[in-house]
Amino acid sequence: MALNKDIHKVMVIGSGPIIIGQAAEFDYAGNQACRALKSQGLEVVLVNSNPATLMTDPHMADEIYIEPLTLETVQRIIEKEKPDSLLSTLGGQTGLTLSMELAKSGFLKEHNVKLLGANPETIDKAEDRQMFKDTMLKIGEPIIPSKVVTSYEDAMDFVHNEIGLPAIIRPAFTLGGTGGGICHTEEQLDEIVKNGLHRSPIHQILVEKCISGWKEVEFEVMRDSAGNVITVCSMENVDPVGVHTGDSIVVAPTLTLADKEYQMLRTAALNIISELKIEGGCNCQFALNPDSFEYAVIEVNPRVSRSSALASKATGYPIAKVAALIAIGYTLDEIPNFVTKKTKACFEPVLDYVVVKMPKFPFDKFVYAKRDLGTQMKATGEVMAIGQSFEEALLKAVRGAELKTNSLDIKIFAQANDEKIVDAVGKCTDQRIFAIYQALKRKILSVEEIHNITKIDKFFLWKIENIIRLEENSGDNKILFEPKSFKMVDTCAGEFEASTPYFYSTTGGENEAASYLENARNGENGVLGEKTKFVPLGEGVAEDRQGWSEGETSPASKKSKGTIIVLGSGPIRIGQGIEFDYASVQCVWALKKLGYEVAIINNNPETVSTDFDTADRLYFEPLTPVDVMNVIRTENPIGVVVAFGGQTAINLTKYLDEQGIRIFGTSADSIDLAEDRERFEELCDRLDIKRPKGVTVFTEVQALEAAARLEYPVLLRPSYVLGGQNMIIANSPADVKEYMAIILRQKIENPVLIDKYMEGIELEVDGICDGEDVLIPGIMQHVERTGIHSGDSIAVYPSWSICEQMKEKIVKQTHDLALSLGTKGLVNIQYLIYKDELYIIEANPRSSRTVPYISKVTGIPMVELATRAMMGEKIKDMGFGTGLYRAPSYFAVKVPVFSFEKLMDVDTALGPEMKSTGEVLGIATTREEALFKGMSGAGIKMIRPKKSEEHCDASEAGVNVPEGVLFSVKAMDLPELPALAKKFYDLGFCLYGTDGNARTISNSGLPVIRVNKVHENHEDNIISLLDTGKIAYVISTSAKGRNPDAESVKFRRHAVEKDIECLTALDTANALADCLKTNWSLENLSLVDIKTL
Amino acid sequence: MGKAFLILADGTVFEGKSIGAQGKTIGETVFTTGMTGYLETLTDPSYFGQIVTQTFPLIGNYGVIPSDAESMQSWVRGYIVREICDLPNNFRCQKTLDEYLKEQNIVGICGIDTRALTKKLRESGVMNGMLLSGNEADAFSDEVLINYIEEIKQYKIRLAVESVSISKKDITNSNNLEKNKSNNQVKKVVLWDFGAKANIARELCKRGCEIITVPYDTSAKEIIDINPDGIMLSNGPGDPSDNTKIIQEIAKLCESNIPIFGICLGHQLLALARGATTSKLKYGHRGGNHPVKNLETGRVYITSQNHGYAVEAQNLPSFAKMSFMNVNDGTCEGVKYCDIPAFSVQFHPEACGGPKDTNFLFDDFIKLMEK
Repeated sequence: MALNKDIHKVMVIGSGPIIIGQAAEFDYAGNQACRALKSQGLEVVLVNSNPATLMTDPHMADEIYIEPLTLETVQRIIEKEKPDSLLSTLGGQTGLTLSMELAKSGFLKEHNVKLLGANPETIDKAEDRQMFKDTMLKIGEPIIPSKVVTSYEDAMDFVHNEIGLPAIIRPAFTLGGTGGGICHTEEQLDEIVKNGLHRSPIHQILVEKCISGWKEVEFEVMRDSAGNVITVCSMENVDPVGVHTGDSIVVAPTLTLADKEYQMLRTAALNIISELKIEGGCNCQFALNPDSFEYAVIEVNPRVSRSSALASKATGYPIAKVAALIAIGYTLDEIPNFVTKKTKACFEPVLDYVVVKMPKFPFDKFVYAKRDLGTQMKATGEVMAIGQSFEEALLKAVRGAELKTNSLDIKIFAQANDEKIVDAVGKCTDQRIFAIYQALKRKILSVEEIHNITKIDKFFLWKIENIIRLEENSGDNKILFEPKSFKMVDTCAGEFEASTPYFYSTTGGENEAASYLENARNGENGVLGEKTKFVPLGEGVAEDRQGWSEGETSPASKKSKGTIIVLGSGPIRIGQGIEFDYASVQCVWALKKLGYEVAIINNNPETVSTDFDTADRLYFEPLTPVDVMNVIRTENPIGVVVAFGGQTAINLTKYLDEQGIRIFGTSADSIDLAEDRERFEELCDRLDIKRPKGVTVFTEVQALEAAARLEYPVLLRPSYVLGGQNMIIANSPADVKEYMAIILRQKIENPVLIDKYMEGIELEVDGICDGEDVLIPGIMQHVERTGIHSGDSIAVYPSWSICEQMKEKIVKQTHDLALSLGTKGLVNIQYLIYKDELYIIEANPRSSRTVPYISKVTGIPMVELATRAMMGEKIKDMGFGTGLYRAPSYFAVKVPVFSFEKLMDVDTALGPEMKSTGEVLGIATTREEALFKGMSGAGIKMIRPKKSEEHCDASEAGVNVPEGVLFSVKAMDLPELPALAKKFYDLGFCLYGTDGNARTISNSGLPVIRVNKVHENHEDNIISLLDTGKIAYVISTSAKGRNPDAESVKFRRHAVEKDIECLTALDTANALADCLKTNWSLENLSLVDIKTL
Repeated sequence: MGKAFLILADGTVFEGKSIGAQGKTIGETVFTTGMTGYLETLTDPSYFGQIVTQTFPLIGNYGVIPSDAESMQSWVRGYIVREICDLPNNFRCQKTLDEYLKEQNIVGICGIDTRALTKKLRESGVMNGMLLSGNEADAFSDEVLINYIEEIKQYKIRLAVESVSISKKDITNSNNLEKNKSNNQVKKVVLWDFGAKANIARELCKRGCEIITVPYDTSAKEIIDINPDGIMLSNGPGDPSDNTKIIQEIAKLCESNIPIFGICLGHQLLALARGATTSKLKYGHRGGNHPVKNLETGRVYITSQNHGYAVEAQNLPSFAKMSFMNVNDGTCEGVKYCDIPAFSVQFHPEACGGPKDTNFLFDDFIKLMEK
């Protein structure tokens, strides 16, 4: 077939901000797609609202729009750019849904845009529940007894008269199963059916017989336009059906299926993709009865997905890249196998190792969130581990998931009584695997009993029992399966010669990474060297003999300046997201450009950094001391870079330094200087930089005393922090008590810090320092005053209300601090202005969350410059000057995005603890327009009431368009309420308020409707008001939140469930009102190609 | 588990642990990349004379499921795995793999770097090897190594087809036979057994055929006298050119104009009978992921394969044309004969283990018989 000659200019839609269910995997996919398209000489137009991605990096596409991913915006970009094709299947559900809307409305046809990768009929067959059912029946593939319903009554009728409980509810067209769940009781049925109908954009749900206990098996399959079909990877969920695959521990390939079962499901997957006529990749999920050959198709994703990213990394087969090439006309047998380079993409990868994927959950941050796992995904990220056995891979995954444990023996269960263990085994949570381990270890429950409770295949349970046996034999404190040598991931189990520099560690045997390096340096890449070493394989316990050639230095090849190892950032989690993958990859590229050989270590399968052709060599390994040292012993690098891998990499600094490993950039001591409170305070004093007063405490008594001394409100946090983890503002002794109880329960050994909380303007600065000069690309100002985590604040670049003298002061302090910290590379500093005085909040001599977007909007390749500074170049020679970079002629506004609808019971009120999962950017020439763009891009509904003379007729208002704003702010905020209320009133909104709020508004002369709080009236209150559809916005602040039983928390949760925008800071609400006051809309916002900035 | 050794003809020694029976065995060392289907592999007669290495490291996970066997016994000379599963689980599982290997008297080894071994076989080509376990392993020393290597080098697979074929004629009726008989649809197929996998007969049965399985030493005349609608030349072990007598008989059969379908060894023997040539591949194709291209339609199929020899495409006679080609290395994967109703494939459309994507070839055979 070859390249379709009609294709010249392709539009690629990205997946937008990171949310639970749609994470970095689409940056990886989009990145591969853009590169594949460009490699074929095609012009690429990219649209993605997420500025933290690599795919929005200037060289990825010809035109790049960081604009809201809405129908209007994409249509307008198509009209402007006139692409001839649109690639629909690589931008997650967001990209696919938008593409389908464009196709169905006839817009694409009208504008002569060809839809690549899929067509609407196909997509509907996979996504519309009824059509899916019909299609499966047509090709004879069994499905679970189910019914598509659009009403509550029909759902009840089907459950009561046909399938019975338990039943599963799956809303149509929602991400990650949002709003669905398993119903065991009538109450659950009532709640989940109602919620599911509401969540589905087409008010449609699937009510399904519950088959929990069956095995869940997935196949990643591919098809080309000639009808060739292959399976790339099979995967088996350790957790049986019922837990979302994104939340399950998954193994690849399937481990418990006999060939007959495997082939049965493989054939079914190929039948499905053939019937759907997908041109590209597709994910098929099956349920398999463990006691027979009975199976059912659960779900089909007709696009590249999280599972396909996992499958790509698990096998070495680049699904997204191949899918992009198929979309533009190539057939599988024309595309090379990018790993072997000798065979074709039309084959099925075989593995000679075991892969274990483990999800990363945000429950360490959201202590009140329900940990129960079900059909609604809750994980924010995942790690993958490769080993020669299931036990080895599982333990590597556990090590890599950064759960503060190197084994399955976690503290909370080790210290719990038997009863609690049995209880935890019975609950399907993220911690169940650890409870199972504990139950087996203490012999409280047998494998048989645990199988009966959990339905987890006995094969896996026996393997966990084997880990316990190995631990008993190995003695104390030894890491089981200590990594000693490396094997290559080559897609073909060694059948063909491959030269993929993609390695994983194992306990022994031939060290293929060492052979690879030796051969590469002798210029005979790929041929086994004579010195290939064989090491006996340890059975579980590491043996003394080593798998690498110790003492033998591996001189880098002649032209290279030496090898540098870059540490990645591990799994995506709240506070450490895709921006660190962006930075790690940019650093790799910069180092390669400087002539170094670069090896990267990371364990996140969703990312670009773990693509085998990003660095010179990829080590798919946990980021822990033992694993990193193992790589260092084989690679023998001239140094390691930790500055771009977030806290994960920073945490290894001290250890590596102690091992005598050179850290490039800011030294281990300087990092400690910034993180150690006392040392940092001394430094600030020396530099005459002000800091909010604070003290360190260990006990509740000390905390209460300190808080009283500093005067409330105070800020509490543990000393080593990540994304404001476990940080709160305490307004009263009760808050301090609650907080200390949680912290002490978690056995956090580091002290707790208490600071005076100062309410003021918050600023953020990223600088690049070479030890002599500092380049500051810009100063960002937060919309919200201090008290809200910087990751959750709306940040505006450049600052808009800071006077010149203050700016000079900021530049000077940044300069002084960067130099005194011994920064070589990036530094991120947060400031606050309180009563016209500048205070420093914190300084981190490393890459930050804001680096990707500031790089893109200023055009300063910050990571590259920082890398060069790190390697000894001078900033003044880099061509961007020193000091504060020139002010731009536009504004860029970063707006955070949350995943609250996925996390039941989490309070949506923003505070010092970070809660957002992702972000979008709005770029425009004025602050208001940029803000409007950012808010729209973040999915905030921009509602303007129809102008009418009669304000606030509660009986009529908001029947069609919700036209009410409901205020429920804390007493401390009341003085500011009238001005805010006035803004909304002037926009034409009806005002509603709880008791004190209503009184305050009314006293200011505005009409307001008083609403009961829940305890005032159980029937007619703020919660029932949300159900009426009259409310457009809720503005709710509260003195104390978190506890899900608190009325205010329940109220905010209810707003989330009703999909009503709930603003929890007055500043955000003011900004929103200001935006609504402008004339901007999705129809007239400017479209900015960031390459033209 | 006791000690065990794998010694290769080039002197490489791997030390591992004993599985299966204990003792000493010599065979041609090969590897298969199939991730499932180990029982099918063990019972596939085509592995006669070979020590089989599984490249997938976890073997035996679902135990032994007797009904999945492709023949009555295991034919491998030895078995090599990275890790054997002692505690298998599957609703059809009847025993552990280790128990089965002991029962079948197969000497095996586990706990060696199977990937390093695979790479070695890839680089050097198929190599003879020896497995030692039990007393033999305990007595192993550098002194005896030299003698062993001589012994290993001398090994050659002999009397392969003769050893695995059935000894006397056997008739299998399909369940549908009576029903189909009334419709005159029953096809009588002679399955010429050179070491046939059971699923070939199952596939034909499923399509309503009456199957008469005949031993390797049956003559063309005896087959023609059965008056079959079609002849199935089965898979089997060894060097195809060793089977001179069978090749002569196939040549005679070709004159009968009875439809013929050859699989694997059957494909090679048919080609040799028609004047083509075969040669040994460096390390063969063994596994369930080999892409083959239908040269008429351009479609590519993923196939199950197990062969060490191949028909040489460049020496095909003019009345034969290559119908399938291996996408990876371009070797001949199928031949269609233009002068007689016959076709053959190198891969295994009967699968077991491996993908069933080319199952339709049995339908093609039925159609050919209907013409």
